[in-house]
Amino acid sequence: MDYFLEIFLSGLTRGSIYALIALGYTMVYGIIELINFAHGEIYMIGAFTALIIASVLTTLGMSGPAVLILAGIVAVIYASAYGFTVEKIAYKPLRGASRLSPLISAIGMSIFLQNYVMLAQTSDFLPFPNLLPELPFLESTAHIMGSTDFIIIATTAVVMVALTLLIKFTRMGKAMRATAQDRNMAMLVGVNVNRVISATFIIGSALAAIGGVLIASHIGRINFYIGFIAGIKAFTAAVLGGIGSIPGAVLGGLVLGWTECFATGYVSSDYEDAFAFALLVLILILRPAGILGKASVQKV
Amino acid sequence: MTFRQEMKKALLTSAWFVFLTFPILVIRVNTIENVIEWRWLNMMWIAAGSFILSLLWSFYFGRKTGDPGKKTEAFAPADKAGSLFRNPRFRMPALVLTALFATAFPFLFSVYQTSIMTTALMYVVLGLGLNIIVGLAGLLNLGYVAFYAVGAYSYALLHYHFGLGFWVVLPLGGLLATLFAILLGFPVLRLRGDYLAIVTLGFGEIVRLILENWNEFSFGPSGISNIPRPGLLGLDLNLDTATIYLYYLMIGLCLITIFVFGRIRDSRIGRALIALREDEIACQAMGIDKARTKLLAFALGSTWAGLMGVIFAAKTTFVNPASFTFLESAMILSIVVLGGMGSILGVVLGAFLLILLPEYLRAFSDYRMLLFGTTMVIMMIFRPQGIITGIRRTYQFRGGSIDGATAGK
Amino acid sequence: MERQQENKGETILEVRRLSMDFGGIRALEGIDLVVQTDQIMALIGPNGAGKTTFFNCITGFYEPTAGDIFIAPPGGKRKRINGLKVDRITSLGLARTFQNTRIFPNMTVLENVMIGRHCRSKAGVLGAVLRGRETLREEAEIVERSYEILAKMGLASRVNELAKNLPYGEARRLEIARAMATEPFLLMLDEPAAGMNPQETKELDDLILRLRSEEGISILLIEHDMRLVMSVSDHICVMDYGEKIAEGTPQEIRRSERVIKAYLGEDSDA
Ligand SMILES: Nc1ncnc2c1ncn2[C@@H]1O[C@H](COP(=O)(O)OP(=O)(O)OP(=O)(O)O)[C@@H](O)[C@H]1O
Ligand SMILES: [Mg+2]
Repeated sequence: MDYFLEIFLSGLTRGSIYALIALGYTMVYGIIELINFAHGEIYMIGAFTALIIASVLTTLGMSGPAVLILAGIVAVIYASAYGFTVEKIAYKPLRGASRLSPLISAIGMSIFLQNYVMLAQTSDFLPFPNLLPELPFLESTAHIMGSTDFIIIATTAVVMVALTLLIKFTRMGKAMRATAQDRNMAMLVGVNVNRVISATFIIGSALAAIGGVLIASHIGRINFYIGFIAGIKAFTAAVLGGIGSIPGAVLGGLVLGWTECFATGYVSSDYEDAFAFALLVLILILRPAGILGKASVQKV
Repeated sequence: MTFRQEMKKALLTSAWFVFLTFPILVIRVNTIENVIEWRWLNMMWIAAGSFILSLLWSFYFGRKTGDPGKKTEAFAPADKAGSLFRNPRFRMPALVLTALFATAFPFLFSVYQTSIMTTALMYVVLGLGLNIIVGLAGLLNLGYVAFYAVGAYSYALLHYHFGLGFWVVLPLGGLLATLFAILLGFPVLRLRGDYLAIVTLGFGEIVRLILENWNEFSFGPSGISNIPRPGLLGLDLNLDTATIYLYYLMIGLCLITIFVFGRIRDSRIGRALIALREDEIACQAMGIDKARTKLLAFALGSTWAGLMGVIFAAKTTFVNPASFTFLESAMILSIVVLGGMGSILGVVLGAFLLILLPEYLRAFSDYRMLLFGTTMVIMMIFRPQGIITGIRRTYQFRGGSIDGATAGK
Repeated sequence: MERQQENKGETILEVRRLSMDFGGIRALEGIDLVVQTDQIMALIGPNGAGKTTFFNCITGFYEPTAGDIFIAPPGGKRKRINGLKVDRITSLGLARTFQNTRIFPNMTVLENVMIGRHCRSKAGVLGAVLRGRETLREEAEIVERSYEILAKMGLASRVNELAKNLPYGEARRLEIARAMATEPFLLMLDEPAAGMNPQETKELDDLILRLRSEEGISILLIEHDMRLVMSVSDHICVMDYGEKIAEGTPQEIRRSERVIKAYLGEDSDA
């Protein structure tokens, strides 16, 4: 039973991270119907920025949660800045082009960012300092759920609630929903669509950076390639839940996290990544609209 | 915009990029010795570079409003080269010269050069194969390398277990890749374009992961070695002659591919593929079976990957999963995107550029992937149709009679 | 209105109690419609009435929620076509155009029409590569037929131009030419005059009448331009909110209270 619970919780942790990244995919897709291939790279850049800032701060003699918070904030700012810039350079000029063009552009951006980080930093794995504090009240359950797991799950939950509130109640949130439903209509009623799209990229990137910092602390090492696999998995999560749907992304993330953890825990760990891909292929074939997505008739 | 405004904008852009690249490009952490390296020079480069680029960018886009043709003006030389090549007076001599050069190549250059050239030729074929799928039918396939792997492992395994030779496996490899494409295609091709991209990507990764982990089947990451090079009438060739032999073999295969690609493109089937790319809905309304046509494109394109896989195994005499990563798919895709979707000359140029440049400009090779990425973005923004635009076949009608004039190879 | 024929022809399209739902929204509600040989039938109604949806159901893009669609090609057998795939329905002899023109922009005008010949020819991959005698003959036939059709549509001078460079009116005619290339017995046009200037619309009148007299096909036409509708059609069906509210000859429709009400709005006569 303990083993089951342990796997269940590690699936929850992993799923939370997927959910954080998946939100970026789902929000962008909801608004401009683009699979933002470079999103995984934004997450990776978030993790790298956090690592760099944390190291600088540590060499400057700082320690403790202050490092975590500062590094986290800088990572979020930078990831958002990258997300914003990527949209301006690689996607905005292609609005109204055929569907294939922005997709290829996004793949190009993803390859570019990976290699940019690799060339500027290193292709080796870097150890990521564990910035997350030990929580004393979890000591008794540490063999099942450590502090890191707890912090990741709690952070994700808080972020989700904040995002939901933002989208439900703020002006920008309303503008986003309007744009997602019908971009031309939103434009007609005075929504500044360019600003909405930028905001979507910024928010999505910020969430990815939070995910990046959390997972890097959890796993303890990063390299320039982590965004690729994480990106595909998060995309899987988004599709699994129903792309375009925010609760769907969260649900999809959790389902994927559990699938992976149970499959590796009970079946075999050799094919960890293959499970995710297989799940993706299956979902797209059997239920392309995802768990929470509505099947829609293609308009003619 | 006035000059002052443009300068101001360029300065702002430059400042933005300095900010953006600051942590990653300027700071380097050595986590082992815990020292931090500050690379201020990089910052200078970025500041200057982004300033200039920003000026160029506003030059293109700032004036676009008046003249939409502006965007492609920079490619006028390419257009000229393309139309020159289509001009029969220039075309024949050019083809003859190319043929002579290609024939003489192994005698003019070293074995090493010949081997690189063979690789470039392989990518021409791979590019043309993918061009059927992406360029003609408009299906974004990001897992093309999986079919390449099928071909390579077919040869490796069939030789290992049954001792089958190169010439037997060559068609078999192509056939197996086609079969794989059809098996995958059945469920997958119903998907919308961008989902298809992701599923093919996932499929490519699954194939690689299986090859890496299923030791009993594929010998895992260490791969299979001692794969024989192709033999010539039972003669035992030494390394040099085998390389040259493979080179001529590739020339032959390349010509066949170009021939087949050209014929398919200008046929009833080819038109159906292009119509599918242009407008899926109208295409169905014209009585074209969408699913079947997609499957056909997938199968036709993947065959070449299978064939090249066999050649690859024979050329390197060794296969392992590391050769079949997503980056390989991305590279073949860049060849198609850069060269020109649907164009033969474009793919040939694209393959030579992307394979030969990194070989001969060593400094370039570190930045190869960086440039691939940049190329893909820039091409999509400025020239989505690629360097060479595929020109459609035209017809002359006089009274009732018809003359078919082919253009655009 | 000189052209008022008695319905002496045979039925070629029969739609019975056709309904279509989009996740709770009912876009079509029990529509009945019969089209006969040699008939030009117009389908009119306010925006959002469900006319295009009706086309999409018949041509197989949507699978209707309820109802039956039968076709009976002249001299052929009656057949229920619900749930058949789009391309199958086209090859059975129903061809259509789209409300928002859907030409193939990067193909030449001639190639656009040659695509229409796809379902009436059969060369495969092997034929394409080997280019045998039969393939060459078929290919020549495709080119010739396509050119003929284009010439009839007054597009002969445009054959080698890329379709995306055509002005709007010609693009619409190209779409009709392309549909004609599939050899339909019933041609379905979705707002062919939309966006055309009065001169072009006038020419469209002639074209539609000529298609019937010279090619011997029937036409089902969605149109908002009442002048066009009244001058070419011999039968009109009026839809509103997914229902058929009237049907009859142009004169009958012109006098119908319900039609006037639907067009002017409910409040106007209150
Ligand atoms: N694929 C779809 N999914 C959901 N609703 C749809 C779909 N297609 C059409 N509808 C709805 O069905 C109704 C009828 O639309 P339709 O396009 O058939 O109208 P129409 O009579 O052709 O109007 P118009 O004259 O403006 O072209 C509309 O309310 C429309 O929103
Ligand atoms: Mg309509």
